[in-house]
Amino acid sequence: MLDVDAMDAAARAMHLADYRNGASLPQVPTRNGFGEGLVEAGKRDRNVIAICADLSESTRMEAFKKALPEQYVEIGVAEQLLVAMASGLAAVGKIPFIASYAMFNPGRSWEQVRTTMALNETNVKIAGAHAGVSVGPDGATHQAIEDIAIMRVIPHMTVVVPCDALQTKKATLAIAQRWGPAYLRFAREKSPVITTEETPFEIGVAQTFREGDDVAVIACGILVYNALVAAEEVEREDGIRARVVNNHTVKPMDREAILAAARECGTVVTVEEHQIAGGMGSAVAELLAQHEPVPIEFVGVHDQFGQSGDPAELIEYYGMGTAAIKEAIRRAYRRKRKASPITE
Amino acid sequence: MPSLSPERVRDLRERANLVRQGIIRALVAAGSGHSAGSLDMADVFTAFYGHILRHDPANPEWPDRDRLLLSCGHIAPVRYSAMAHFGYFPVEELLTLRKFGTRLQGHPERVRLPGTETTSGPLGEGLAQGVGMALGAKMDGKSWRVYVITSDAEHQCGLHWEATMTAAKFRLDNLMCVVDRNFIQIDGSTEEVMPLEPLADKYRAFNWEVFECDGNDIAAFIETVERAQAVRGKPTVVIAHTVPGKGVSFMEGDYTWHGKPPNAEQAQRALRELEAERERILAHA
Repeated sequence: MLDVDAMDAAARAMHLADYRNGASLPQVPTRNGFGEGLVEAGKRDRNVIAICADLSESTRMEAFKKALPEQYVEIGVAEQLLVAMASGLAAVGKIPFIASYAMFNPGRSWEQVRTTMALNETNVKIAGAHAGVSVGPDGATHQAIEDIAIMRVIPHMTVVVPCDALQTKKATLAIAQRWGPAYLRFAREKSPVITTEETPFEIGVAQTFREGDDVAVIACGILVYNALVAAEEVEREDGIRARVVNNHTVKPMDREAILAAARECGTVVTVEEHQIAGGMGSAVAELLAQHEPVPIEFVGVHDQFGQSGDPAELIEYYGMGTAAIKEAIRRAYRRKRKASPITE
Repeated sequence: MPSLSPERVRDLRERANLVRQGIIRALVAAGSGHSAGSLDMADVFTAFYGHILRHDPANPEWPDRDRLLLSCGHIAPVRYSAMAHFGYFPVEELLTLRKFGTRLQGHPERVRLPGTETTSGPLGEGLAQGVGMALGAKMDGKSWRVYVITSDAEHQCGLHWEATMTAAKFRLDNLMCVVDRNFIQIDGSTEEVMPLEPLADKYRAFNWEVFECDGNDIAAFIETVERAQAVRGKPTVVIAHTVPGKGVSFMEGDYTWHGKPPNAEQAQRALRELEAERERILAHA
């Protein structure tokens, strides 16, 4: 068995759990972290209110509803209202968290988000639940894989995609305290908890979870775990040492950390449970194309819709599993060597 | 008990006339903008700023003020003109309407112009925000009220009815919706484009208390709003029947004036008509 002390300095600095032994990690849905964080945020600040569009159980707002009923508002199936009404509440001093599936909010409510929430500069927080194809059996109608794109394009918007349940809880609390419109994206299924209570979290500060100078893997959301596993395996199998960066804040992105990873590794792989077009990887590419042009490989959904299936099966099918990430790391490494043959 | 003396009514009517003149000046200077709805709501806005609202032009962010939201942001010229004539900013600033760097954006933005309460233009969104504000006031035990001014055509938007249902659920008797019932929209008559009638019955079916009045009669409008304010346990709507383009003979009742400004010659004619009307109002002393 591997122990934590044997992990690399980056993982120790981040107080990570031993992700190399996946079976030992607790499996918790990221949405649970949101539910816990929201109750705590609501107890810390009575102006924090929760508004739900008929999905209190599955978005995990239920605990808040029970613990703080006077701060809870139920409005039924009305996602445009969810945003516009929250903007009104924010205008009179409340800190509304609004929750639905990401596909419906911000999927259905985008113009209200842009006008009443962002242009209007209100302190509304969107919790986008059930994001990604890992929603599973519900199928394509319920699998938001465009939400990062439509949110990060809006001025003033903060976009956070935490890597596990514990980080989702910390992110919820951080978003409650940070003034301004924000989008928090999380998933339905259980996923490994790779961070610990001691792992730091700050909006806009990317985290190096694994050391390496051959390839920089920049990931967000629950696929950070897949990226770590892929990096371990590809080092064992090919000797390629991949750095793994948890780029949980898509906006405002940690420019220095991303530029340093690209500069020091010379090539990049981005990993996200989202369309390639417009997502976190695109944000990284926009930055690097301008300031640190290196080869980039994108792991994500390639201009397709999802479908029903088992979550793990769908992650594999749409090219976001460990094997696909390993292949992307190898491709990125080959492209770098081809571009600069004298470095070896 | 009538709250308005004849002198007060005359004063408000003169103010509404000046608000209309400000609208014409702003629109002709801008070279674009919405004439008909702006003119027809001059009496309603004058009633609000001149009589109904608890507000302080010198302190537009006063926490205990009543909130007046304009949902149909395209008639911003009437709001701007009313704000200017009631002391929020100099009347000359109206001539910056829609120009680069202005606080008077083509559609209102709260961040640029405090006192506008929200950012609007995309239709059907104002009532939902008003519901949020009114619910916030209830949560905090505040006594200020929320008024949302809407166009009739934006009642074609689904979101408006989501908000209507929600206001009734939370018994928001601190929320009042005012409908500018002028029967016009860009493409023609509301009843041809997408019929709204029976509009009052729709609100009743959504558990609102409904009032109707002549929206171009300031005294009647104020009296109606005061009756509506007395309702408890329900949100209220005042359907204000207005004449599009009110006050300018060649614009009145003509939907083609919905989205365009007068040219210089038309503006001169409009201002002459309005000034003559102002003299008639004052002669009624």
